[in-house]
Amino acid sequence: MAIIETKVKDAASDELALVQAAKQGDVGAFEQLVRRYDRNIFRIAHHITQNREDAEDVVQDAFLKAYENLEQFQGNSKFYTWLVRIAVNESLMKLRRRRSDRTVSIDEDIETEEDTMPREIADWSPNPEQLYRQGELKDILRKTIQGLPASFRTVFVLRDVEGLSTEETAEALDLSIPAVKSRLLRARLQLRERLNKFFRKPKRGDSKK
Amino acid sequence: MTCSDFLQELSDYLDDAIDASTRAELEDHLAWCHNCYVICNTTKKTIEIYRDSQLYELPEELRVRLQVAIVAKCKTTKKKH
Repeated sequence: MAIIETKVKDAASDELALVQAAKQGDVGAFEQLVRRYDRNIFRIAHHITQNREDAEDVVQDAFLKAYENLEQFQGNSKFYTWLVRIAVNESLMKLRRRRSDRTVSIDEDIETEEDTMPREIADWSPNPEQLYRQGELKDILRKTIQGLPASFRTVFVLRDVEGLSTEETAEALDLSIPAVKSRLLRARLQLRERLNKFFRKPKRGDSKK
Repeated sequence: MTCSDFLQELSDYLDDAIDASTRAELEDHLAWCHNCYVICNTTKKTIEIYRDSQLYELPEELRVRLQVAIVAKCKTTKKKH
């Protein structure tokens, strides 16, 4: 146990040491940071851009930008939160370019009456993920999350898929904490609503009466 | 507490980010409101399914290629001060 605890502590202080070394021009130290976070950055970028090539570009561009601007990283936040902020901005730029849509923004806040008021209330099968083959399930989940506005999708991915705290998400997206919470609630409820048709319990007539 | 009040607190409830008295009020509501009970459970399940889904994993071969490219670019780039 003591060895595990020491390792966890080492990982945190080790990270600062790696950042410091990279600031001095040690590319090997920066490479370790790349290995630590490249999978997370790829997932986030893929979720936002919805395109694999764009996600690959974002991984490269975000790490390169981080390396170039390491001096600006003051250590007030975690390195990872700072990196996510860069990657989200790069991803949104890609998304705008691909859609020729300058309005895609993390500030985008779509207020509708229906999005917090569920329309369909049906219980789901006990293990809904087992209703589909794994490939099918992934297709359903991808298509469903792709239908969310970029700002909702991004908050949901950072909080619920990547496990950032509300505070870290607010910092990475330059949003207030209430704004993160409001988007997260609506993202969760909209996803739930959209998944209903795939996961709800089959109707069994009036057998309970 | 109305269903609308409940929904406003749902995220914080699922994240365990509420005080004990609000939690007790929400759980009172859940005890009698079947609709909110279903919404609460299915929202929780939604989060779990996405969290465990591994929708966009980085294939190892691509990962290595990206790492090599990033390191090569870092070696030739000038850091901004």
